[in-house]
Amino acid sequence: MLLIPCPYCGFPRPEIEFRHAGEAHLMRPEEPASDEAYAAFLYERENPKGIAAERWRHVHGCGRYFNALRDTVSDRILAVYKPGEVRPEVAS
Amino acid sequence: MSGFRATSGGRFDRARRVSFTFDGVAYLGHPGDTLASALMANGVSLVGRSFKYHRPRGVLAAGAEEPNALVTVDRGPGRITPNCRATEVELFEGLVARSQNRFPSLGFDLGAINSMLKPLFPAGFYYKTFMGPAINGKAKFWNRLFEPLIRRAAGLGAAPTEPDPDAYASLFAHCEVLVVGSGEAGLRAALSASENPAVRVILCEMDHDFGGWLLADPTGARFRDEAIATLRTRPNVRLLSRTQCFGLFLQGFVGLVERVTDHLADPAIDAPRERLWQVRAGRIVIATGAIERPLVFPDNDRPGVMLSSAAHILQGRYGVLPGRAIVVATATDAAYRTAFALADGGARIEAILDRRDHAGERVRAEAEARGIRVETGLTLLGTTGKKHVTGVSYAPMQNQDLRGPSQVIACDTLLVSGGFTPTLHLLSQARGSLRWDEPLSAFVPDKVPENINIAGLASGDFPPELRGAALGLLPGNDDKSALAFVDFQNDVTARDIRLATREGFRSIEHVKRYTTTGMATDQGKTSNINALSIAAESLSQSLPKTGHTTFRMPYVPVTFGTLAGAYRAELFDPIRRTPMHDLAEKRGAVFEDIGLWKRAHAFPRAGESVKAAVQRETRTVREHVGIFDASTLGKIEVTGRDAAAFLDRIYANPVANLAPGRCRYALMLNEAGFLIEDGIVARLSDQRFHITTTTGGVGKVLHLLEDYRQTEFIDLDCFLAPVTEHWAVIAVQGPKAREVIAPLIEGINVAADAMPHMTIREGRLTGVPCRLMRASFTGERGFEVNVPADFGFFAMEALLARAEGLGGGLYGLEAMHILRAEKGYIIIGQETDGTVTPHDLGLGWAMGKAPRDFIGKRGLARPDLLAKGRKQLVGLLPDDPAVVLEEGAQIILQHEPSTGIAAQGHVTSAYFSPNLGRGFALAMLKDGRNRMGEVVTIPMPGERVLARIVSPVFLDPEGRALHG
Repeated sequence: MLLIPCPYCGFPRPEIEFRHAGEAHLMRPEEPASDEAYAAFLYERENPKGIAAERWRHVHGCGRYFNALRDTVSDRILAVYKPGEVRPEVAS
Repeated sequence: MSGFRATSGGRFDRARRVSFTFDGVAYLGHPGDTLASALMANGVSLVGRSFKYHRPRGVLAAGAEEPNALVTVDRGPGRITPNCRATEVELFEGLVARSQNRFPSLGFDLGAINSMLKPLFPAGFYYKTFMGPAINGKAKFWNRLFEPLIRRAAGLGAAPTEPDPDAYASLFAHCEVLVVGSGEAGLRAALSASENPAVRVILCEMDHDFGGWLLADPTGARFRDEAIATLRTRPNVRLLSRTQCFGLFLQGFVGLVERVTDHLADPAIDAPRERLWQVRAGRIVIATGAIERPLVFPDNDRPGVMLSSAAHILQGRYGVLPGRAIVVATATDAAYRTAFALADGGARIEAILDRRDHAGERVRAEAEARGIRVETGLTLLGTTGKKHVTGVSYAPMQNQDLRGPSQVIACDTLLVSGGFTPTLHLLSQARGSLRWDEPLSAFVPDKVPENINIAGLASGDFPPELRGAALGLLPGNDDKSALAFVDFQNDVTARDIRLATREGFRSIEHVKRYTTTGMATDQGKTSNINALSIAAESLSQSLPKTGHTTFRMPYVPVTFGTLAGAYRAELFDPIRRTPMHDLAEKRGAVFEDIGLWKRAHAFPRAGESVKAAVQRETRTVREHVGIFDASTLGKIEVTGRDAAAFLDRIYANPVANLAPGRCRYALMLNEAGFLIEDGIVARLSDQRFHITTTTGGVGKVLHLLEDYRQTEFIDLDCFLAPVTEHWAVIAVQGPKAREVIAPLIEGINVAADAMPHMTIREGRLTGVPCRLMRASFTGERGFEVNVPADFGFFAMEALLARAEGLGGGLYGLEAMHILRAEKGYIIIGQETDGTVTPHDLGLGWAMGKAPRDFIGKRGLARPDLLAKGRKQLVGLLPDDPAVVLEEGAQIILQHEPSTGIAAQGHVTSAYFSPNLGRGFALAMLKDGRNRMGEVVTIPMPGERVLARIVSPVFLDPEGRALHG
């Protein structure tokens, strides 16, 4: 079970307090957008081996959404940050 | 009959005795015994029958790795535990244990005929031999005849059928260091880690006593006793015996299971049977030791054949000798030590047969000094005996060739030592990796996660006496008919593994599944390395290249009770009841499970069928008035300066222009443009909205709305509050709806012109605050009365009394479904499936004409969503009015279809309507709106039904009944 720190509540906390909410930093394409660009926004995801930026919600806590960088190989959360903040640089 | 209790030795209570039964026969043992040690002390060596061939089997090992001695422990009704390892079952007064997989008895087992039919049971036999002819493409002979027969004949113990009456506890713990295993390495790790009082240490041990090997070794006893005494004085140390570490998970998360009462004759009534510890450990020390491997040669499975280390433990811990005339066959020096210990205990060592050309200097010298016959450089060719070993045959070897004739030594016990395997299941579970150590002939830790340490034998740091190995089938044994067992629990022989590789299975994972080696409750603890070795040899490749199978948790089986803990019955599957539940119950409701909710399906009267009740209720609403509990509807209150702007972006319908006091039926799309939710948006005031969702959708909707509020529409100032359980909702529907509510309502003018369709007002109902909505999901004049949940029961009682006075009454979920379908009102998840747009449903009007942006707008403009020929909502009237179509049935256009015709749509809802006097249906059909009046075919069980395509609105298309 993952340990996840909440950027609002602090401390690493067990995964069961959280709910995964998909890939982070998905940007709706600027309109007018091509159908291909919009389809990519809807359906194409990174799924990297290594560092993934993803969204989580502290659903059984403060209820807030935030971003996290997770190493998909070690399953460690390397950084958490609030929506709108710049994705931090981390080494896996 | 060969085992006996020596007059001295062991760490058990020699003074006291406990009685127990095995297969109904009473025996005596001592506190501190295991079932295995007590049975052997009583001379019982036949304890089980093997999985496939029903071969007689005895105790092979000394702990969790035991593959043979699986017994059923019976603690009374519902408390029958199958597949317990007799080597782990602690003796207590009155213990009742039974052998398994035998009929009619352990001594005379009819299933043993399988042994004579062994050519029928090669690897993968169940795939090849028994399939039989397929009938209509289905393997009926397999499913109905062979599989049940084989399952009965080949198997382990039977699970109890009664519910488990025991309680199981669960708790969380945190520590800086968790030590798994309390042998010498584990004790030293715990001692050193706990020197600092700020370091919390948990030491867990599967056995009922701490010490591991030290318990069998008189020279280690003092260190063990002192270490435990020291650890007990340290408040930062928690010692957990009878506690298995069954799984290592991410980031130091560990699952432990503690056996709390199974070893007690008379457990406290409130004690849990087992306790699940969910531990978060900063550092984990794996000190799980090593497991000895048997030797693979023909008939190596007879009772009386035992691992050397197991015999050593039996003697050292329990003072039990497995026999009086013992032969030790070995590839390690460690087995010599066993021989010496057993000789000291009173057994006669007939010979030590060493597979190697040379034994270690020290043990060789001691054997010589003791006058023990030692033969080296040989191979084992078989054993004699039936239900117990009576002799062992061997022959001298030179390289891979027999050097001389075979010889037989008579004995009543054969101890075997094929080398040791570090116990690294936990490391593997924690995503560590193993590497093959050739000199050690064992897999040892390779990459170890940074929060894990491996200590003692598990690390591969073997003292010289534990080194040495005889892997795979011993040479000189190519007789194809001989059964040389590799996996004792699954009856997998060397021949089976060779056969699997000959038949093309090259991956060790495939060999495992095809032969079943390494599967079932022991997970190949004693067999995996031998199986690998045989597979590697027959594939002519190295053992490291062959690799090893994945170690799965749990290390030993964990009860479902432990994993479920308190979360059983209503705590696992909670029941949600509306505030008016008791009223519905009193009125004879038949309930239906909708998610977690109990909803009234219908209210049959005395002597009335459920079907008839549904028809009556449906008519009552159209003719008089009906009362319906709609409390389960999802409800969210949206407030704030920008609440209107927020909802305007969320819903496909314009919401910003909704005047206070007005309601709107609104659609929610996902980004792709598909309909995911519907409900009513009611504007209470400028900055306050009451929105409803489907019963099942409210959690998802709230999650989604919060997402947009927090991360996307951050320019907007609004708040969301889930209020589903705050409001009880009573729908009052029918021509007399106003008559029902009018006298009960205070502070609201409910006249037709003052409160038209799709409005909301706040006032009181019989003195209770109420949000009164004029809305309809039936097509009739309707009100939805929202009162605080605590008043729901009384409000419904009052409304029902009025309704009944006017010829009305309660209606249930099924009547509601019919009423809405007659009007072509959709239900999310019934007419929609995540690929349906508002246009497909004829709801394009809801999005309004004015240009504005909302979620799903761009998605709706994608070419596929605009393409011609999409499925559209239509009504269907079967030619035969008595027919009710199957929901989910496929629709085809041809009346005499040939095979392979593609379906053009499907039935989404179908009922019998008393108001139409016939069966009718809603359906999604390709290009349906252009096909009005056409006749389609619906294949149904046993027949084909013709139906005419009609408008999905079957009644009152102008909506007159809604108004006034």
